[in-house]
Amino acid sequence: MGLEDKLPSGALTANLSQVAGFLLKTSMWPATFGLACCAIEMMAAGSPDFDIARYGMERFSATPRQADLLIVSGRLSQKMAPVLRQTWDQMPEPKWCISMGACASSGGMFNNYAIVQGVDHVVPVDVYLPGCPPRPQALFDAILTLHEYVVKSPLGANRVEAARAAEAAALKATPTHQMKGLLA
Amino acid sequence: MSVSGVHYPHHVGAELHVVYQLLSYTHNRRISLEVTCPDADPHVPSVVSVYPMADYHERETWDMFGVIFDGHPSLTRILMPDDWQGHPQRKDYPLGGPGENRGQAYYAQGGDFDDISRVQADRNDDIMVINFGPHHPSTHGVLRLVLELEGETVVGCRPGIGFLHTGIEKSMEFRTFTQGTTLATRMNYVASMLNEASYCLAVDRLLDIEHEVPRRAQDIRVLMCELQRIASHFVAVGSGALEIAAMTPATLSFRERDMCLDVIEAISGLRMNQGFIRPGGVANDLPEDGISRLRTFIDWMHKHLGEYADMLYENPIIKSRLVGKAYMDLSTCMALGVTGPALRAAGLEWDLRKKQPYFGYETYEFDVPTWDTCDAYARFRIRMDEIHESLRIVEQCTERLENSAGEPVMHTDPKIGWPASLSLGGDGMGNSNEHIKHIMGESMEALIHHFKLVTEGFKVPPGQVYAPIEGAGGELGIHLVSDGGTRPYRSHMRDPGFNHIQCIPAMVEGGMISDIVVAMASIDPVMGGVDR
Repeated sequence: MGLEDKLPSGALTANLSQVAGFLLKTSMWPATFGLACCAIEMMAAGSPDFDIARYGMERFSATPRQADLLIVSGRLSQKMAPVLRQTWDQMPEPKWCISMGACASSGGMFNNYAIVQGVDHVVPVDVYLPGCPPRPQALFDAILTLHEYVVKSPLGANRVEAARAAEAAALKATPTHQMKGLLA
Repeated sequence: MSVSGVHYPHHVGAELHVVYQLLSYTHNRRISLEVTCPDADPHVPSVVSVYPMADYHERETWDMFGVIFDGHPSLTRILMPDDWQGHPQRKDYPLGGPGENRGQAYYAQGGDFDDISRVQADRNDDIMVINFGPHHPSTHGVLRLVLELEGETVVGCRPGIGFLHTGIEKSMEFRTFTQGTTLATRMNYVASMLNEASYCLAVDRLLDIEHEVPRRAQDIRVLMCELQRIASHFVAVGSGALEIAAMTPATLSFRERDMCLDVIEAISGLRMNQGFIRPGGVANDLPEDGISRLRTFIDWMHKHLGEYADMLYENPIIKSRLVGKAYMDLSTCMALGVTGPALRAAGLEWDLRKKQPYFGYETYEFDVPTWDTCDAYARFRIRMDEIHESLRIVEQCTERLENSAGEPVMHTDPKIGWPASLSLGGDGMGNSNEHIKHIMGESMEALIHHFKLVTEGFKVPPGQVYAPIEGAGGELGIHLVSDGGTRPYRSHMRDPGFNHIQCIPAMVEGGMISDIVVAMASIDPVMGGVDR
């Protein structure tokens, strides 16, 4: 019938971007960017009790040059913001970012002069993880969400196209501070 | 020692107050010294020549209030970026910032790195200037060290902090006293309930109910403090070992820490940042299986603590990396305001739980471990011994709590005491149906008290207090000022790590670069507490 019947057994066909996504997700090395309380829960996630190694992520990379995933865990102060940006810039593509915890996602309970109200002011975030701090299992939920996203991400020219489309949609969308709730 | 600035804008002519908390080890007594200066001419003589530990404190007071300390060796910003405009903790500085810093570009290199490199380039010798941190796996948090190295020898070391400055102290001025617990707890995030304990001790003292807190609540407070101390020491030992590339102690210590956190979660509801110790008592009573969980925990600890002794105490690598390193003798510790395990490593048996007890610690039996070699190995051994001593206290707490079941865990004055006899609703969530039935159906007064406590908060009589406790890393104190309202007028936390970071140059200059990591791990600063 089709091509698959003529192949010797033991071969399978797949979409190239799915294969690439599978390989990327199964060995994604996080960069150590623990800032505050969430960092302790991230360390606990690396401990055998919770075991981030089952996702192939136990090798936290201190150097951003070898890291794939930036887990910003903790509150980002104004003084630390340029350091975060520099670390993100030093990471090679493909790279993703999880903002772990309420403070990283939105400034959390610290709505004041010292804390950046969400690390998405500084780096592009792929997955937001609420919690104060989120338990290690919640961190894994965020990681698995990211893995699903990575597997579905397109490759090559399609990736460039998808990025352009996302940017166009974001430019057309209502900014957060202008969004009105259901009551307005 | 602690230096705290307070801004009283209505005290015309003496708007800026600087409050010094002094401690005499010999006489076991504290003195508070309050000095004023006007906004127009904010000069106060520096005490750094007498108390070297005041270095960072005075820099912080300059940074936050604009008080100029004459005679300070280098009065520069410490918590805010070097080019920040304004002094954030002044009362005329809005909580969100005035906006004049918006649009300013910040660079990762930080203020003085270029200057230091230029001086070195002019000198044209073999000294390298490198940046260690703030993003680094071994700096125990977001700490920056600017190092001048001659080969592997450290010739100069300048710590830079403030990368985790959260504005907790100023945020507390905008929250009620009960909400202050949730802010305080996020300072030293490794031992969160110890921050809460210090804060609630201060509020209890201001309310003058320190000796009216129910016995059972005090016992639960002691229990939680000691569980947190054990958990914190495990993180200190584990991450210290990880920083010198020993990974097994790190995995082991996190296993034990998770045991502590399981018990803490069963009692308080959260693993970290609990907000459990409240002014007047604690938030809720032990769960039904609380005592049996504690006993299981104690048995596990007894069974497994020996593993650390076997693996680490006589380990030749640990000994060669830690023995004789990061030396700080007693006079250094006293001059630099070092407390906690590092002070006890210099031989002084100083522990606030014994010397200036609180929460009923004087009724518990425990020893204070000391060592006499003043080095990193001594501090490590003291932390392990303190885990054993804390476990002894946990056993005694468990006994007492088993016998005092049913007693109140919160102060009984309904105008102060948060409703604490809550149970979980049928769906496992926090709604306590009995409490709702009581306030909605049985007592109008209870409803009013609940409403006012939650929305407005209780009023605390005007006054100020400094409430120190023995934190995991040393003396953890809070200077709390109330103006008679429902929110603190000023809160300043004296975190032990803040003082200890000042000691890093004293410990590492002249040594090798690899000993820096050992030095930092041995004093165990938690940057959330350092930067607040």
